[in-house]
Amino acid sequence: MKGLVKILVLAIMVSSVVSCKNNETPNYQFFPNMYTSPSYETYGAYEVFPDEQSAMLPVDGTISRGHSIFDYGSSTAEYDRAKAELVSPLDSTQIDYARGKELYDIYCGVCHGNKGDGQGNLVKKEKILGIPSYDDAARAINEGSIYHVIYYGKNAMGSHKNQLREEERWQVAAYVMKLKADLEK
Amino acid sequence: MKQVINRKLTSRFLLLGLLFLLTFSTSLSAQDGDPAKGKSLFNTNCAACHSLDKKMTGPALRFVEQRLADDEGLDRDWIAAWIGNSAAMVKDGDAYANKIFNEYNGAAMTAMPQLTDQDIADILAYTAQEKATPPPPPPGDPEGKVTQGGISNKLILGALVILFALLAFGLMVVNKTLRRFAEANNVEIPESSQRKPLWKAFVQNQFLMLVVAIFFLLSSAYFAYGYFMQLGVDQGYQPVQEIHFSHKIHAGDNGVDCKYCHSSARVSKTSGIPSLNVCMNCHKSVYEYTGETTAEYSKEFYDGEIKKLYAAVGWDDENQEYTGETQPVKWTRVHNLPDFAYFNHSQHVTVGDIECQTCHGPVEEMEIVYQYSPLTMGWCINCHRETNVKVKDNEYYTKIHEELSKKYGVDKLTVAQQGGLECGKCHY
Repeated sequence: MKGLVKILVLAIMVSSVVSCKNNETPNYQFFPNMYTSPSYETYGAYEVFPDEQSAMLPVDGTISRGHSIFDYGSSTAEYDRAKAELVSPLDSTQIDYARGKELYDIYCGVCHGNKGDGQGNLVKKEKILGIPSYDDAARAINEGSIYHVIYYGKNAMGSHKNQLREEERWQVAAYVMKLKADLEK
Repeated sequence: MKQVINRKLTSRFLLLGLLFLLTFSTSLSAQDGDPAKGKSLFNTNCAACHSLDKKMTGPALRFVEQRLADDEGLDRDWIAAWIGNSAAMVKDGDAYANKIFNEYNGAAMTAMPQLTDQDIADILAYTAQEKATPPPPPPGDPEGKVTQGGISNKLILGALVILFALLAFGLMVVNKTLRRFAEANNVEIPESSQRKPLWKAFVQNQFLMLVVAIFFLLSSAYFAYGYFMQLGVDQGYQPVQEIHFSHKIHAGDNGVDCKYCHSSARVSKTSGIPSLNVCMNCHKSVYEYTGETTAEYSKEFYDGEIKKLYAAVGWDDENQEYTGETQPVKWTRVHNLPDFAYFNHSQHVTVGDIECQTCHGPVEEMEIVYQYSPLTMGWCINCHRETNVKVKDNEYYTKIHEELSKKYGVDKLTVAQQGGLECGKCHY
């Protein structure tokens, strides 16, 4: 009988040690105040912030460093205006097609296809449909219109302005124009 | 005889006519419009804004021709004119064109003058198809088999347990009866002789006790060391998130680049939790899951998670508009370096050109993300010792790279030789 009790106690000890290994909670920390400082973390939740989010938009009427005002609205009329008059600030020496391709393949290629023919991975899998080819004559895209679409999105396409910086958008626009020229050959 | 033949002539003609009609009826409708061709045309030209059964940027298009004819009295010529140049029709003051234009907030449909009448007929034939109902699942589907297998496994195990219990019980009963027989027949069962018990002999042997004590101390030191070394190491940490986001589907099956969502990993210290507008870049169109499912992760489960996203971002999928009622998603952070260590993503991703998977493991295969690497200092240092610096096409640093190579007498510089082991690089 005594042996049985011993075995039971041992079994409970082993099972409690094993069951403490729970992957859904983080491990114990040694001196946790060295792990988490009192300063606010980038994506933390703190009561002082609206919605408890430390991730916030810039204050109204201000612009973050490295950004500039984009003087076009999101409507179709503004799209036409951008198409007619907006030109790239990059000159020919600043255009870097290698970087443009790198960014294009990340942000555009998954739908528009790495050749710009509208046959990206998601289109081939019929997840997203109706992506036009860049050489579509009815749309006749140019740098200004590409930049406007990256900034605001169009139809089912959403805005990509928070994934690409201003200069990067122009690099992508330049690369899209190159793809368009290649498709029209 | 002749008369008889003539009498049957009319019915024969009728039969022939019926045969003719039956054999050529398919090609007759093909001249009207080929739904298969229409589908590919629809997918390339229309599907950006239209779906068959769901309002998107433009209206749903199933049975559009019939609906327009029945409700508005508009024929195919009107549709062709609209497709050719809708903006002009709106300008000319066509009543229904203006109504539709205003109903969709003045979103002008792209003019498609390149579509021929045949193309339009094909597309309309495609939109006039009945909605395909999904075939009922076959009775012997794999999911059912899996669950059956689980049940039978449990049954076998249970039966085994019962069998062993019965066996033990039987042995005990046999033992007891034999002893009773022995007692009844006055058979002496020889008692085991009173030797010194083994454990007493063990305890009295001082050399053995010393060895055991040393062994015990060493092994407990080993386990204590092991326990303290894993404190604060969260390798394998796999929290449950508020919205089940499958990296396997997004990054694996669909091949979306890591940096599409985690765009700030290229340019900043943090890899960035994508804001929900990034989700909506695709999920405005992708409103249901159509890929592979398992018993645990069914289509209903995934569709429910997409609904959760819509609720959080305030997207009204019925009317295709934002309601403005948003609710931030409380994601649980998986990878977290202690605050006394500095780590910068852009330094590694953009400058060092390190693949995300080097540290984060095969995320594209993870249904639920877990911490792949230990993220300990030893792990960091090891990689800095083994990784070569990219010196090619790095003109700005050519001179210092050459001097360092000369100093250490090596062809390829590692990160450690460039100062990647200095304390102040990460701890300050």
